[in-house]
Amino acid sequence: MDAAAQFAERIRAADGGERALRLRGGGSKDFYGGALVGEVLDTREHRGIVAYEPTELVITARCGTPLAEIEAALAAQGQCLPFEPPHFGAGASLATVGGVVAAGLSGPRRAAVGAVRDFVLGVQLLDGVARRLTFGGQVMKNVAGYDVSRLMAGSLGTLGLILEVSLKVLPRPVAEATLRFDLPQAQAIEAMNAWAGQPLPISATCWQDGVLTVRLSGARAAVAAACRKLGGDLVDEGAAFWEALRQQRLDFFAGGEILQRLALPSVAPPLDLPGAQLIEWGGSQRWWRGDAAAARQAASRAGGHATSFRGGDKSAGVFQPLPAPLMQIHRRLKAAFDPRGVFNPGRLYPDLST
Amino acid sequence: MNATSHRRHGAERDQDFGDVDRPGLLAALAAVVPPANLLVDGEDLKPYECDGLSAFRQVPLAVVLAENEGQVAAVLGICHRLGAPVVARGAGTGLSGGALPHGQGIVLSLAKMKRILHLDPVARVAVVEPGVRNLAISEAAAPHGLYYAPDPSSQIACSIGGNVAENAGGVHCLKYGLTVHNVLRVRGVTVEGEIVELGSQALDVPGYDLLALMIGSEGLLAVVTEVTVKLVPKPETARVVMASFDDVTKAGDAVAAIIAAGIIPAGLEMMDKPATAAVEPFVNAGYDLDAEAILLCESDGTPEEVEEEIGRMRAVLEGCGATGIRVSADEAERLKFWAGRKAAFPAAGRISADYYCMDGTIPRKRLGDMLRAIAGMEKKYGLRCINVFHAGDGNLHPLILYDANVPGELERTEAFGADILALSVKLGGTVTGEHGVGAEKLGGMCVQFDGEELSTFHRVKAAFDPAGLLNPGKAVPSLHRCAEFGRMHVHAGELKFPDIERF
Ligand SMILES: Cc1cc2nc3c(=O)[nH]c(=O)nc-3n(C[C@H](O)[C@H](O)[C@H](O)COP(=O)(O)OP(=O)(O)OC[C@H]3O[C@@H](n4cnc5c(N)ncnc54)[C@H](O)[C@@H]3O)c2cc1C
Repeated sequence: MDAAAQFAERIRAADGGERALRLRGGGSKDFYGGALVGEVLDTREHRGIVAYEPTELVITARCGTPLAEIEAALAAQGQCLPFEPPHFGAGASLATVGGVVAAGLSGPRRAAVGAVRDFVLGVQLLDGVARRLTFGGQVMKNVAGYDVSRLMAGSLGTLGLILEVSLKVLPRPVAEATLRFDLPQAQAIEAMNAWAGQPLPISATCWQDGVLTVRLSGARAAVAAACRKLGGDLVDEGAAFWEALRQQRLDFFAGGEILQRLALPSVAPPLDLPGAQLIEWGGSQRWWRGDAAAARQAASRAGGHATSFRGGDKSAGVFQPLPAPLMQIHRRLKAAFDPRGVFNPGRLYPDLST
Repeated sequence: MNATSHRRHGAERDQDFGDVDRPGLLAALAAVVPPANLLVDGEDLKPYECDGLSAFRQVPLAVVLAENEGQVAAVLGICHRLGAPVVARGAGTGLSGGALPHGQGIVLSLAKMKRILHLDPVARVAVVEPGVRNLAISEAAAPHGLYYAPDPSSQIACSIGGNVAENAGGVHCLKYGLTVHNVLRVRGVTVEGEIVELGSQALDVPGYDLLALMIGSEGLLAVVTEVTVKLVPKPETARVVMASFDDVTKAGDAVAAIIAAGIIPAGLEMMDKPATAAVEPFVNAGYDLDAEAILLCESDGTPEEVEEEIGRMRAVLEGCGATGIRVSADEAERLKFWAGRKAAFPAAGRISADYYCMDGTIPRKRLGDMLRAIAGMEKKYGLRCINVFHAGDGNLHPLILYDANVPGELERTEAFGADILALSVKLGGTVTGEHGVGAEKLGGMCVQFDGEELSTFHRVKAAFDPAGLLNPGKAVPSLHRCAEFGRMHVHAGELKFPDIERF
């Protein structure tokens, strides 16, 4: 019996209570989201790249394929996953591609090129009653039926077990350069927004502690012209810095206190929160250590939302609560895909299955 | 809202709306919109009987021209209470019959809601009402050096609400994305009368990505009343390479070769010889009329970047056997090269009484196979077809030329189109890349999806619209309909819907 058939059997035998299933790849994102409930269903048995044709700009892989394996295959052809998904794992807990999609987390390049969901082209999944379903496909444009594939991005395994996924890929930029500027927070936010309104090849930004770091990616001529235009100090170890940011290995991320992720309109002025903040995505993603209530209040006021990303007490829920009409749609969708509530109970919202 | 419809949306069969109380409905509507905004006479209803796909026509019970979100909510509330179908309509340029009225229901036009509510050049967003024309957004953003990237060829006319409903694309979406990549937030009203906001000006929201689900949902999930779009900086400069080929397959291979070289052109379009012959007298674009196919390949960015990229494009195209290459010398010439491509549909309308536009997408490497197969189908059905492709995305727009007044031609045209779509699926693609399923490609959906997948779509619909009143019968076929379709087109002896009773 192949792994997918075994998964289907496990799903059929599961229920929404004692025998619920906890879908898990490498476990590199166990820290993320709500409660971890249910018997582990390890997706790593179902692995391997199914199809990759560089000229089609698409890679199709089984859920349990390590992200590292996919990135290596792409790199060998001069291509990449443009949204730079964080791995957050090593050794026995290597990130898998199914988990990348289910977690829906994107890295430093997100503001410039889009998020995971922007690159998902198709999925094959097992729903909560073990039906094997295929949505989307391997082509760039596809409006046949609702876009269920993109819906899977960030759904944290609550709608279905992603068996296989097709992702759009892009050529790696020919040239990159990293610049650094000494700027206080408010001016850095202004600068990031002003630059984003100009045709500059900015692919990532990071502000922390009075220093704004900017990455330029693109054609050699474009990167060189932008360096001249923006000024600042050229940084030698740029690539290492962005990798450390992507994997949250910068000093800012060390420590056990609860880490809040605030998603805001990029122009939101500096938040009135005590302590250090780290800003990414041109001002749209801000990190802060502190309690959920304060983070949510500040985020809501600025027109965004906050997530208790890592560490700390999760009893207040990890994700900001939804308005009632949206929560109702969420519950109905959950029931549409997983009527018995077998997948990842409580991982997204505690009261998703009713 | 106050009352609940007695109807239930399900996967099995289309609901019967024969019992809708027209006088009751009209009286209730008259109480919530001004008389001028409620059309009930045959003559006034006529302009709404079809969208851009004029082969499908149906007069609705009434048309309501909403002026604000309050009216939209009130109208939906009434329809929900009385169990009447609602078909939202933007500019009516859709090419799949998505805005085709329902005979027992109303058309809810959003065309009067056309204000740009807010444009923030620093945050690079515009908040607009659904009836705002696609091009109007870019025009409003232009003084700030910004624009809205998706540029469907219909952009002077089509509405942003319709773009959201169809996930519209344009000639630049290979590099800049589709509607789904350029819309940050949609506000809408469900048929139950709830106001919902999907997405946000922050780059994400907690919970499921309902925004992605909404985009491309063809008016079946909610009525869009407000859209926040992303504005992006206008590239400093853009130039287009026009390459001629003496063989369509070579042109198709050149498309793959450009991508293989690590180039993502700002636009990459292909036209075959019959297509250039049709548009040239119309726009004088200067196309090479002897070529079997031409490619338009655009580069944008800084002048240095464009210079560098054009050089690389030229080398690849020459390596693929291009018989002629021209690079636009200035902006006027660039626009002229594109003008021909953008005028392809109207040009088809000039050389033929009617045309039927297909919209399959296939893997790029199969372009040559598809073109050869279409040439065979032209003979089989005795009809001409001109081909314009969003080649970079593998999205095909074969335009089948026919005359509806010649008995049998429409039927042959539809069979021709169905063949192209079935082949698109077989080649690993899809029946629709950007025009939507609408009323038109329901049969194709039965080819592309099985009963369980279609049932999942129906459950998604019911999550937003349990009563099944928004654009019923469109986009996702009922299982019963597929069973009937399967009876007509049994594919290679395989029956896709064996469980459904057949008539
Ligand atoms: C000459 C020509 C060229 C074209 N070129 C392209 C192209 O390059 N790319 C492309 O993608 N398309 C193209 N199209 C197709 C069409 O223009 C697009 O599908 C467009 O997005 C439709 O917008 P509309 O406002 O006309 O929508 P309509 O035709 O009015 O409606 C389309 C669908 O959207 C729904 N809808 C409309 N408004 C709302 C709303 N506010 N809320 C909920 N649902 C709504 C309707 O119910 C219907 O299902 C072309 C059409 C023509 C005639």
